Amino acid sequence: MRRVVALYRSSVGKKILMAVTGFIWIGFLAGHMLGNLKAFQGAGAFDTYAHHLRILGEPILPYKGFLWIFRAVMFLALVIHVLLSWQTSRLSWAARTTKYRRQESLNFDFASRWMRWTGVLILVFLVYHILNMTTGTLHAGFEAETTTQSFAFHNLVTGLGNPWVAAIYIVAMVAILFHLWHGVWSLFQTLGASHPKYVGWRRPIAVVVSIVIFFGFVSIPMAILTRIVHLQ
Amino acid sequence: MNLTLHVWRQAGSSAPGRFETYQAKDVSEHASFLEMLDLVNEDLTREGKEPIAFEHDCREGICGSCGMMINGVPHGPNKMVATCQLHMRFFHDGDVIWIEPFRATAFPVVRDLVVDRSALDRIMDAGGYISVRTGSAPDANALPIRKHESDLAMDAAQCIGCGACVAACPNASAMLFTSAKVSHLGMLPQGQPERWTRVVDMIAQHDLEGFGTCTNHGACQEACPKGISVDFIAHLNRDLLKSSWKAAEPPASAVAGGR
Ligand code: HEM
Ligand code: SF4
Ligand code: FES
Repeated sequence: MRRVVALYRSSVGKKILMAVTGFIWIGFLAGHMLGNLKAFQGAGAFDTYAHHLRILGEPILPYKGFLWIFRAVMFLALVIHVLLSWQTSRLSWAARTTKYRRQESLNFDFASRWMRWTGVLILVFLVYHILNMTTGTLHAGFEAETTTQSFAFHNLVTGLGNPWVAAIYIVAMVAILFHLWHGVWSLFQTLGASHPKYVGWRRPIAVVVSIVIFFGFVSIPMAILTRIVHLQ
Repeated sequence: MNLTLHVWRQAGSSAPGRFETYQAKDVSEHASFLEMLDLVNEDLTREGKEPIAFEHDCREGICGSCGMMINGVPHGPNKMVATCQLHMRFFHDGDVIWIEPFRATAFPVVRDLVVDRSALDRIMDAGGYISVRTGSAPDANALPIRKHESDLAMDAAQCIGCGACVAACPNASAMLFTSAKVSHLGMLPQGQPERWTRVVDMIAQHDLEGFGTCTNHGACQEACPKGISVDFIAHLNRDLLKSSWKAAEPPASAVAGGR
């Protein structure tokens, strides 16, 4: 713990913690995306999957026990990532208070300049997404799950069937695409992973990861809008 | 060629600054950028005006003092050269050139285009000493080092401390400079005993000076007149991470290179 605190004190340590928490979230995105793709197998597969997430670990864990532990870890990782992005951004803003009259942008990729704003978009989307698909607060036809049955497929299709809702999801996925386009590359760099054996692969890996995650997620609202995926 | 210059003029660190417009007439394409400014200054002096203050020393790209922002790029449009080695043949008749000092809170303007870069020196100081055997010259090859590492250390040692990396960085971070200095000693056998404390101390000083936090944009590498690679930043990050368990261990040998 002392070491984590010592790391946190330095600007580089803050970045390392951001990279680790960002990596945890990439892992989550990959799993979540694969789960979502079950929508293509129809209501049965999708609802069983959603229900399984709630009874995972039973009887050692109570109903939804695993889910809540998982949510707590993800929440903690997000809080660390966002707080540190706020702190590092403030340090950087203070480091140049007089702007240039003219400044060419010399950076590697367009996405790196937008990290803070794509990050804020993702945060706003996460709140909306939970209110929309988890609690159902912002979902007209929401059906809450019971301890024996999930209605995730119904909620997914009725929710994303609304083009406006689908548009929100698609815009958010564009933000994630850009955030990861730079983020995945940046993560290697921040964690010091630059061995000559794979240093040339870091950019291609970032491009592939961000594009796969983007298309994996966007395929769902697209399939629902075009009625490839629909209620029985 | 004839040029229009918009130059930042500021009488002192706390005085307000503004752009002034000057005409540079009959500039030879063989002149360097600093020689072009010298000519403008001669005109200004003849007119009884205050010449433009800019820093310069070696004029051969090794001292690092001549940095300035030229049309939004540190050291101007030509890659891998310092301002003193930028030649006017890279400009065209009728060009408009904006000239500004490097801007960072840690680099206060002293006058016009001159900024105080001593924050970079203090980062070097924070790195401290290295332990080497003194006395008679060591035998050649007594300190083995792999070619790959010695080449990398020499690449890092190219850094002239000009501050262009800070100037180009959207976060005004000095991570490229600091990484070059950390890596240069950290890769050599002479730098090993203090390796894990040096990186912590230099980063701490970097942060203390008010430089921003690196977000791996890479603008620094593009601006660097010595072609320092951002791979050194990865090396620094790796050393900082390792330092969290290595710094506590006693060094393998108190003196690099053994007895
Ligand atoms: C699904 C959620 C998210 C994922 C997967 C993610 C991933 C990442 C990754 C991998 C990095 C690179 C870390 C590094 O430099 O090594 C990063 C950086 C960053 N993230 Fe996130 N992030 C997410 C959400 C957010 C949110 C909600 C915010 C802010 C509100 C945010 C703001 C930032 C900022 C400011 C940076 C630093 C910019 C940079 O390094 O260029 N991120 N993110
Ligand atoms: S790293 Fe390059 S740009 Fe930065 S101070 Fe050293 S020589 Fe100048
Ligand atoms: S004057 Fe020395 S590097 Fe330009």
